[in-house]
Amino acid sequence: MTKAASWAILLLGLTYFILPLVGMVEFSLSMRRGEYSFDAYAAVLADPQFRETFSYSVVMALLTIVFGILLVVPTAFWVRLKLPRLRPLVEFVTLLPLVIPAIVTVFGYIRLYNTSSWLPLTGSIFGTNLLLMFGYAMLSLPYMYRAVDTGLRTIDVATLTEAAQSLGAGWVTIIVKLILPNVLVAVLSGSFVTFAIVMGEFTMAALLNRPAFGPYLQLMGANKAYEPFALATIAFIITWACMGLIQLVTRFTKHDKAGR
Amino acid sequence: MTDVTSPPPKRRWRPSLTWLGLLPFALFILLFLVMPTMKIVLGAFQRADGSFTFENIAGLFTPSILSSYWISIKISVASSAFGCLIGFLMAAGMVLGGLPRGIRSPLMTFSGVASNFAGVPLAFAFLATLGPLGLVTVFLRTEFGINLRAMGFNILSFWGLTITYLFFQIPLMILIITPALDGLKREWREAASCLGASGPQYWRIVALPILFPTILGTFALLFANAFGAVATAIALTGSSLNIVPIMLFAQIRGDVLGNPHLGYAMAFGMILVTGLANVIYIMLRIRSERWLK
Repeated sequence: MTKAASWAILLLGLTYFILPLVGMVEFSLSMRRGEYSFDAYAAVLADPQFRETFSYSVVMALLTIVFGILLVVPTAFWVRLKLPRLRPLVEFVTLLPLVIPAIVTVFGYIRLYNTSSWLPLTGSIFGTNLLLMFGYAMLSLPYMYRAVDTGLRTIDVATLTEAAQSLGAGWVTIIVKLILPNVLVAVLSGSFVTFAIVMGEFTMAALLNRPAFGPYLQLMGANKAYEPFALATIAFIITWACMGLIQLVTRFTKHDKAGR
Repeated sequence: MTDVTSPPPKRRWRPSLTWLGLLPFALFILLFLVMPTMKIVLGAFQRADGSFTFENIAGLFTPSILSSYWISIKISVASSAFGCLIGFLMAAGMVLGGLPRGIRSPLMTFSGVASNFAGVPLAFAFLATLGPLGLVTVFLRTEFGINLRAMGFNILSFWGLTITYLFFQIPLMILIITPALDGLKREWREAASCLGASGPQYWRIVALPILFPTILGTFALLFANAFGAVATAIALTGSSLNIVPIMLFAQIRGDVLGNPHLGYAMAFGMILVTGLANVIYIMLRIRSERWLK
């Protein structure tokens, strides 16, 4: 490939990526006729429903992250330490949520956990929230597991565990005080991905009728002119910030390791 | 004497205890991934009273559902084909085309973000750009007198959806193909030119056959990715374009097809399609790793 052709294709590609973002931001700023203003953003921020759905999604994201860490870190640790032969299987299972579309899984949830079933999770608001959190944890499992497992690869799990055990530490102490700090960076980057996924998720929350940010976004899109574009810009900034934080965290540790 | 006798029972006991460590994870997977999926698969072969039947599967072959699968497959194929092509060209330009090295890191970061920027916000971004009052639409009309609408372009259509999906397809291709392009060894190129091969010949006979499994595998992955995308499609088209995820969504919301178990069959069909695409991806991935390690 010649240099000129490379430049041409790169610039064309970048134009394709930048135009929609410019279009979105431009539209979100043009609520006032004839001049740019932040009116749409003001309208959005003043909407109590925005605050409710946004904080609902933030809380759900944080809960999902906590649950994900509690589930994934001990599992990945245990597999590495005691069941290395099962690693390919566990890894395969964690990738399944990428294969089975979210709409199918949530359809299964609705049929499996309805009010007349053996575990009527959808019967109460608390139960539905819980179910939604499990669903989110499922969606983020491939990213979370991969991040933590990669993090574990950089430390000598067996030796560290033996050392801790010979000093009298129990399993909880080992995981909380030894493994977690060592894979903190991996856990953080998994958490940021989870946060981005949950904040933007639409299908599960919509079908389980929970007041999350994604369904609100879609509802606004159907009913308002400029506000949806302000909301979309906010959503994009959140995604961007999460990814940026991952980069920052990883770079930070590389520095740390090199200095040692 | 205990030295001789105690290890065997210990070894026999250990597996059952080590398994316990995986119990929470296994339980979670069972309850929230395996059982819901099984429920769908079984439901696809059941009547309302629980008896076994192929009626639901046969029900998929009605014109409206068949056409929704057909549109879905066409959009997925088109968006993954263009995604692969454009993503490949951009990555090749970045890795082999002599572009400044400084471009690489920002482009990869952006690809990471853009491949995650799907869903409702993405639909809005494209509405604001190519919609009836969008930036590009208005610009073309006022500056050049080109009326996209009169030319038959509509964002709420096959091509509209395909162009929108490319926004997460191209970056995904770039993310996957870049390491593969890095794996092309300089020696192969040198060996080819020593034997008198021209640039195009090197690509046709050496590089592309090596990259082919990766490219085809990524195509399958992108296909599955587009096939399962719900939020973007719903936010963009409402229900004006009958693709599978939208029909299934409507079916779950309120039984629009008149037969609740037809919903199971539609969902089962989706699993089948995305599952098959992923199996192809995994198989080709294994093949390509032979060369690119």
